[in-house]
Amino acid sequence: MHELSVTESVLEIACRHAEKAQATRVTDIYLEIGQLSSIVDESVKFYWDLISKDTLCERAALHFKKIPAVLICQECQQKYQLDNDLQPCPKCGSARVRVLSGDEFNIDSIEIQRES
Amino acid sequence: MNEKRITIVENILNANDRLAAENRQRIIQSQTFAINLMASPGAGKTSFILATIQALLDEGVKIGVIEGDTAPVTIDSDKIQAAGMPAVQINTGGQCHLDAVMVESALNQLPLDELDLIIVENVGNLICPAAFDLGTHSNIVISSVPEGDDKPYKYPNIYRGLDVLIVNKIDLLPYIEFDMAYFQQGVEMLNPGLKTFALSCKTGEGLGAWLDWLRSKLAA
Repeated sequence: MHELSVTESVLEIACRHAEKAQATRVTDIYLEIGQLSSIVDESVKFYWDLISKDTLCERAALHFKKIPAVLICQECQQKYQLDNDLQPCPKCGSARVRVLSGDEFNIDSIEIQRES
Repeated sequence: MNEKRITIVENILNANDRLAAENRQRIIQSQTFAINLMASPGAGKTSFILATIQALLDEGVKIGVIEGDTAPVTIDSDKIQAAGMPAVQINTGGQCHLDAVMVESALNQLPLDELDLIIVENVGNLICPAAFDLGTHSNIVISSVPEGDDKPYKYPNIYRGLDVLIVNKIDLLPYIEFDMAYFQQGVEMLNPGLKTFALSCKTGEGLGAWLDWLRSKLAA
């Protein structure tokens, strides 16, 4: 259910930047979502069509760029990506690891149209 | 007509985070310590709050509770008010989490300057609340033994960004296959050095260490 709040925030940010740039329409929105941030794309898209109606963002396409969760082993410095479940280092088996990426939750950019 | 790409790079929940920062400022100014409690339904949030309140009540600590509920039931806040503490209930209207706006309005209803501690009981849900900063000092998750020792491996995102982890219902360890070392290893991978208290609200075992930590924060 928090997809609705998230979608509203995306709309607010995109419209704010579009107005500032004097856009007549937003055509595309690029999101960066880390693997460790829980969000259901389909659900966001569903809400998007409903709430973006009659705004600058109506019919704008949402693009989700998934940022993988990358960990580094503190023992052997091996970097590795997670598939789904959390795993210890695949090279040496150590659980002494650190998360390098995967928490991202950003609007990266938007594409707009404007009169000449 | 021309087309243009505009770079934004803004956190999607920026608006929430900004309001959370205002809440935090307000809480700090009133010299109150605030915690955000998150857990699955049934992990023991309300029992944990009641055990904490009961222990601190005799020491003269003044506690306010903000209760998140998805439906207008007042069982939890009634229990807390019965313990003699001001409780504000937020009905989220079906939303799965509290956000900074809801907490701001709840703060307006509490006598902040008179309180030493504010406990925010988030909606029973592990996935959604983690994304929304409320402006409290500490984000706390209560896991419970019956939920299983594989949770950090299956739901890694929840253990990121936490300040304290409570492992509740340790009185059930003899009856349930729960490998504490395996569980803690997963937590350590995601959130190194995370302060963890294993306890039972039912028997009181382990509560002392949690209460000592909380007292040290209240005294600070």
